[in-house]
Amino acid sequence: MAAISREEVAHLAHLARLAVTEAELDTFAGQLDVILASVARVGEVAADDIPPTSHSVPLTNVYRDDVVEPCLDRDEVLAAAPDRENGRFRVPRILGEEE
Amino acid sequence: MLTTSTAAELGRLIAAGEASAEEVTRAHLDRIAAVEPKVHAFLHVDADGAVAAARQVDRRRAAGEELGPLAGVPVAVKDVLTTRGVPTTCGSKILDGWIPPYDATVVTRLREAGLVMLGKTNMDEFAMGSSTEYSAYGPTYNPWDLTRIPGGSGGGSAAAVAGYEAPLAIGTDTGGSIRQPGAVTGTVGAKPTYGGTSRYGLVAFSSSLDTPGPCARTVEDAALLHAVIAGHDRRDSTSIPAPVPPVVEAARQGGTGDLAGVRLGLVTEFAAGDGGEPGVAAAVREGIEALVKLGAEVVEVSCPHFAYALPAYYLIAPSECSSNLARFDGVRYGLRVDAPTLEELMSRTREAGFGPEVKRRIILGTYALSAGYYDAYYGQAQKVRTLIARDFAAAFEKADVLVSPTTPFVAFPFGARTSDPYQMYLADLYTIPSNLYGGPAVSVPCGLSDGLPVGLQVMAPTMADDRMYRVAAALESVLPTLTPPPLA
Repeated sequence: MAAISREEVAHLAHLARLAVTEAELDTFAGQLDVILASVARVGEVAADDIPPTSHSVPLTNVYRDDVVEPCLDRDEVLAAAPDRENGRFRVPRILGEEE
Repeated sequence: MLTTSTAAELGRLIAAGEASAEEVTRAHLDRIAAVEPKVHAFLHVDADGAVAAARQVDRRRAAGEELGPLAGVPVAVKDVLTTRGVPTTCGSKILDGWIPPYDATVVTRLREAGLVMLGKTNMDEFAMGSSTEYSAYGPTYNPWDLTRIPGGSGGGSAAAVAGYEAPLAIGTDTGGSIRQPGAVTGTVGAKPTYGGTSRYGLVAFSSSLDTPGPCARTVEDAALLHAVIAGHDRRDSTSIPAPVPPVVEAARQGGTGDLAGVRLGLVTEFAAGDGGEPGVAAAVREGIEALVKLGAEVVEVSCPHFAYALPAYYLIAPSECSSNLARFDGVRYGLRVDAPTLEELMSRTREAGFGPEVKRRIILGTYALSAGYYDAYYGQAQKVRTLIARDFAAAFEKADVLVSPTTPFVAFPFGARTSDPYQMYLADLYTIPSNLYGGPAVSVPCGLSDGLPVGLQVMAPTMADDRMYRVAAALESVLPTLTPPPLA
């Protein structure tokens, strides 16, 4: 069932915003093939009428009262950022990028 | 010797005024200085912070304050939990130098209970691995044999405890990262019920599985630490709003060695040839015989879907990881590799900041979640998860706890499993079912195979954490204590 090509790995890496080298593409394609062949066995289980489990705690939608509480200090948070300006995170220009 | 004492003993010495918290802390800092060049359990030792915290406990004690049983006792914390003002890297270059602006809830509770944090322990990058070989800062060495792995991902926490650098440590368990290191270092490692300990401030790998828990040299110590960190936290949306099970009382009850009427379930499917080492199977068999002598009965239980636990886990965990690790993009914290466009900045930062196992899992998870594959992989794995939980529910009709080896093999030599990632994944064969189900499980030492420690795993129903401590403590009470060869 599983067969993952070098091109697919490159595409997935792009989707995940992960630059990969040519050498990594070769290694990962081979390794992911082995892993996928093993994990694809979940398909052997007849589970059409079985509901999925997303986590094991029987809780949904936990609410709290809508009251203002202190949060992390802005300057302390920004101090950990690689670049900042006027109380904000600074990144390269986004608008006008070719894509 | 302060460093070979249990946490319970240290707590009593400090409470009785026979040792100060500062003396106890300095003894452990000295031990760290002496053996770290060989063990490398820590990524960061906070000596100044530890001494200051210890002095504060001594002052509070002198002022007549009533403090908890672990006040003044040192603890090491896995580097995946945020610590305000103390570096937190998750074993990754992408967080090199990051100083978190807040404490994880687990860390807050340690501080409130007067425990003294010695530092942050080494781990496989973002808790993905079974050997610490995927730490970006070099591996941790097993105090039992420095040529072998200490388990993972929490190998640093387990090695710190095994090497007498700390009496207690905090780990996190997503697929076995507390229990497998416990097994291969001859220490006790417990994964509480999922939702029983808070994930707030635990840097997320697989949110539906990640569970903080205790590492210690005795079952009672693990239970004491469990009691400190457990309990409802409104900052964690999957935290269980219920009282903490009576884990300390259960550990003490088990320590009396009476298991009359306790039913131990042996999983039929685990016994069917799975590539486990004969020495591991033999030690576990002897452990089970010892439990039977204490009055326990053995029943056989069938869990037909456990065979699919490992495949389901290696779809669910990478899927959640590919989503969770999207936050490491070079914008808000950690490493940034500059580039002319934002997209390139992100791609290059992630290329430079993540190691090979993290990249593999992000790509695998992205694949399993992508349109056209979602139903066959992630969706199907979640259904298998339901079936595994049903297997547990049926097994717990017949048995009070399930017992098994913790991991199929003893500590292996460095490099033995890194070239074939799937061989590394097999280390989690017996630990993963409890993560998928959500129930608690503990690894307790049950003997040696070829001179290396073997762990026996006790699995219990959700929120019956006390049961596993009772059985583990009973086993501990009749087996000889395992002591690693001297390091220094």
